[in-house]
Amino acid sequence: MKGMTTRQKVGWSVITIVVLVYTLSPLVSILMTSFKASGDLTTGRFLPTRFVLDNYEQIFAGSARDLFLPALRNSIGITLIATVVAVVLATLCAYAIARLDFPGKRLVLVSALGVSMFPVISIVTPLFNLWRTIGLYDTWPGLIIPYLSLTLPISIYTLAAYFQQIPWDLERAAQVDGATSFEAFRKVIVPLALPGVFTTAIIAFFIAWNDFVYGISLTSTSAARPVPAALAFFTGASQFEEPTGAISAAAIIVTIPIVIIVVLFQRQIVSGLTQGAVKG
Amino acid sequence: MATIEIQNLVKRYDDGFPAVNDVSLDIADGEFVILVGPSGCGKSTLLRMIVGLEDITEGELRIDGKRVNESAPRDRDLAMVFQNYALYPHLSVYDNIAFPMRLSKNKLPEDEIDRRVRRASSMLGLDEHLERKPGNLSGGQRQRVAMGRAIVREADAFLFDEPLSNLDAKLRGQMRTQIAQLQRRLGITSVYVTHDQTEAMTLGDRVAVLKKGRLQQVASPRELYEQPANLFVAGFIGSPSMNFLPAREENGHLRTPIGDLTAPEHVLEAARGRDLVLLGVRPEHFEDLEFVDEALLPHGTELAVTPTHTEWLGNEQYGYIDYEKDPEVAEVLDELARDLDQDEIPPQVVVTLSSASRIRGGIESRIWVDTRKVHVFDVATGENLTRDEEKGAELTRRAAEDRQREIETAAALED
Repeated sequence: MKGMTTRQKVGWSVITIVVLVYTLSPLVSILMTSFKASGDLTTGRFLPTRFVLDNYEQIFAGSARDLFLPALRNSIGITLIATVVAVVLATLCAYAIARLDFPGKRLVLVSALGVSMFPVISIVTPLFNLWRTIGLYDTWPGLIIPYLSLTLPISIYTLAAYFQQIPWDLERAAQVDGATSFEAFRKVIVPLALPGVFTTAIIAFFIAWNDFVYGISLTSTSAARPVPAALAFFTGASQFEEPTGAISAAAIIVTIPIVIIVVLFQRQIVSGLTQGAVKG
Repeated sequence: MATIEIQNLVKRYDDGFPAVNDVSLDIADGEFVILVGPSGCGKSTLLRMIVGLEDITEGELRIDGKRVNESAPRDRDLAMVFQNYALYPHLSVYDNIAFPMRLSKNKLPEDEIDRRVRRASSMLGLDEHLERKPGNLSGGQRQRVAMGRAIVREADAFLFDEPLSNLDAKLRGQMRTQIAQLQRRLGITSVYVTHDQTEAMTLGDRVAVLKKGRLQQVASPRELYEQPANLFVAGFIGSPSMNFLPAREENGHLRTPIGDLTAPEHVLEAARGRDLVLLGVRPEHFEDLEFVDEALLPHGTELAVTPTHTEWLGNEQYGYIDYEKDPEVAEVLDELARDLDQDEIPPQVVVTLSSASRIRGGIESRIWVDTRKVHVFDVATGENLTRDEEKGAELTRRAAEDRQREIETAAALED
């Protein structure tokens, strides 16, 4: 903020506050709703009249427990596996694209782009039938595979851009120093690409974590149903009660891992996102 | 320790363009050879072919008598210093230098690695920087780290790809000295690519001049300077560069745009029978007549000229004399300018005068030129017609002797 006049500082502060309020108010609203007692939900007030933990109790110990806890386990497991697989595959693929000349390189890039353009909703029905036939319906792999189709293209693109800006001479130097291609990749390229790999991993994690369409269509029981899908199955204590409070509480719980990841890797994300953009 | 034999090496790209064309060069054990030429002459490509980063289209490359055309870079056991240093930014200086010794190929025990890194770092003055990252180092320090990484391997030969071109002028001079001393001390075969002729002349035992992928001449710096093989080498080596004057032989004289010259018989002989030749005269072979020793006068010619301007540099001064352009050599000189990476060669003679000389621009003055040392070039082929093979070979032989003596003295001091 050096070199700014007071007016500029005030201006930027106002803009920052407006953006923060705009983006955070829905989240705060959900947070407040999650603390409301069931009778409090329809008052139309922003703050609960009394802060209660009923909703959290309900999803962790009460009636929604059997719905929420397995879903949380599924979400974490499936998303982590999908992320790791996507990052490992994308790293190898992006390296090849950035460094090697091979027939079909364009094809890989174009098909990756094509897959990511394809609307999810149009694949889900054929996939549903296919999965039921081959026995992947309502299993972890049954979700991990479609998630890869979402996460791989963007991972490949991000990482290829990242690899491309690592000077090629570094790799040549490693080769002359006596490294095998794999050693050069592992000891020089991967450490340098680490911020890029982190950024990619986080983006991939978000995509898989937030998915709803595949989650609700390709699962039927708590064997594989992830949290976003499970939320749709929440019910109130009676048919006259809306499960809004419990859903809000669950939404807050699933947001926490994301917040933790972002805070932990904030620096890597920032350097990863900017390094691709600015030629150093 | 190794010899490098380059035999008829060709590098042709997919479009058929030969970046390196039929180059042959034998590099003796412990020799410091410079590859020099204007940009795009193929010198870097040749170096990359030696180290194995470029495929060899034709010809044979032997290291210590063994054919290595098909070997991967890591199997050739050469160390290279890159133009941009290519330091690993995520590793400390220590780890950068230790990097080659931690690879599976030449894995060494950690205490041996430590010993070698410390020795290299003290040799290069990097002791207090070992824990820093390359990003925090100055250009000269990075350069030294890159050298350190090359030294510790105890490889068969060093290859340098314009290692000083990213440094400022002063630092370049220092690093040049350091490289020269290091090479003498280690006595390791070295190939060094540069476009800077000062580096080429000061560092090289022998200098190979390249033009458009073809080898023009390989010789000691002094032979290149005094007995250039052709117009290109003559124009490339020396600063300010050699003056080229169109000349015609007439009744024992050479008629040039700045006056008639009397010349020794071997010069006249070379020019005789040809309609037009190019006369090559180095600036320092001119002098203000007033400052020429009486005994020297019969060996040259006096000229009356009017310089356009002079530049006083302290130790000497340059005078610039314009002359009428000769359309018959214009094409040759334009082509030479292109080959040398210059815009044009102006119809101008540059003369070096004593710093005490009072010759000034616009005033007619008397200068003298030493005609014993002029060269005569064929206009069509650019060949040097006055080149004395024997004298040239003698110069290179002497350079080799001097170098041998230098190494022995250095070895004696070390003991």
